[in-house]
Amino acid sequence: MEITERALWTLIHGMLFGGLYLLACSGALMELYRLTVSPTLPESTRGHDRFMRIYLITMAVLAWAAVLSGTYAIYPWYRATPPRGTVNLSLFPQRLLISSPATVGWHSLGMEWKEHVAWFAPISITMVAFVFIRYGRDLRNHRQLRLAVLVFAVASLVAAGIAGFFGAEIDEYAPVRGGSTIHVTAGEAK
Amino acid sequence: MKRPYNVAAPDTPPLTNGSALAAILSAGIGCFVLALLAILADNSVLVRRSLVFYKPTGVLSGVTTFGISLWLFTWGILEWRLRKKTVPAGRVSAIALTLLVLSLILTFPPVSDLF
Repeated sequence: MEITERALWTLIHGMLFGGLYLLACSGALMELYRLTVSPTLPESTRGHDRFMRIYLITMAVLAWAAVLSGTYAIYPWYRATPPRGTVNLSLFPQRLLISSPATVGWHSLGMEWKEHVAWFAPISITMVAFVFIRYGRDLRNHRQLRLAVLVFAVASLVAAGIAGFFGAEIDEYAPVRGGSTIHVTAGEAK
Repeated sequence: MKRPYNVAAPDTPPLTNGSALAAILSAGIGCFVLALLAILADNSVLVRRSLVFYKPTGVLSGVTTFGISLWLFTWGILEWRLRKKTVPAGRVSAIALTLLVLSLILTFPPVSDLF
């Protein structure tokens, strides 16, 4: 079993950073709602609030790691220009998608939207983390603030969802491949 | 007796909303600037050329670097100006959320291609 260097980076970007972020979003939304809006006030402990702060900071780190690895590690491989006369476009995902009317939309709609909208996730969740760390449960006393914070948290989930969906689909039709090969395990032929 | 964590001490002044609104408004501005720059870069050769900060990533490097820098700069200025103030939360939140929604719409290619 083996994996190419570029495929490994795509996996780290999409599954580790992006996937974990999306998973964490639902938990963050539930907790933010429970701590700042829900009429049943959960038992208050320093440990729980500290956990929530670390949780939100981790989310912000994941979101930044996802957009930075996507923009500066994977996107250059995606948009690489093939040498003149190249027939096999498998190492040039953007050109591969554009080459067929059946797949061009994954670039012109999917990647064009994903590459910009994804950045709303780290901006939003960094703000959410900052406001929660500074105000904590005091947000209960600021109705408009907590509404804005929750809307931005939902927007970060939507932005990351759009980026994740199109990232997964683009990788299905034109995967980023190449680079050195990493041998994971040596399999046996049957 | 141990006091519950969320109960403020009687002599603690209530937190003003300025700091949170500075963060919220600057996040809205940051998203909007990023969306606007993406459209500008699509429509102007001059902007597109001047926003290529890192050639392998192309214009996206400039759009995001400039957008993020402006967001952080705006946040810093607003935090400095509003930190200790109480600001009309409804109006500022509404502006921030409008900018956020506009940003989401403006980055959608069928809409951004209209410009």
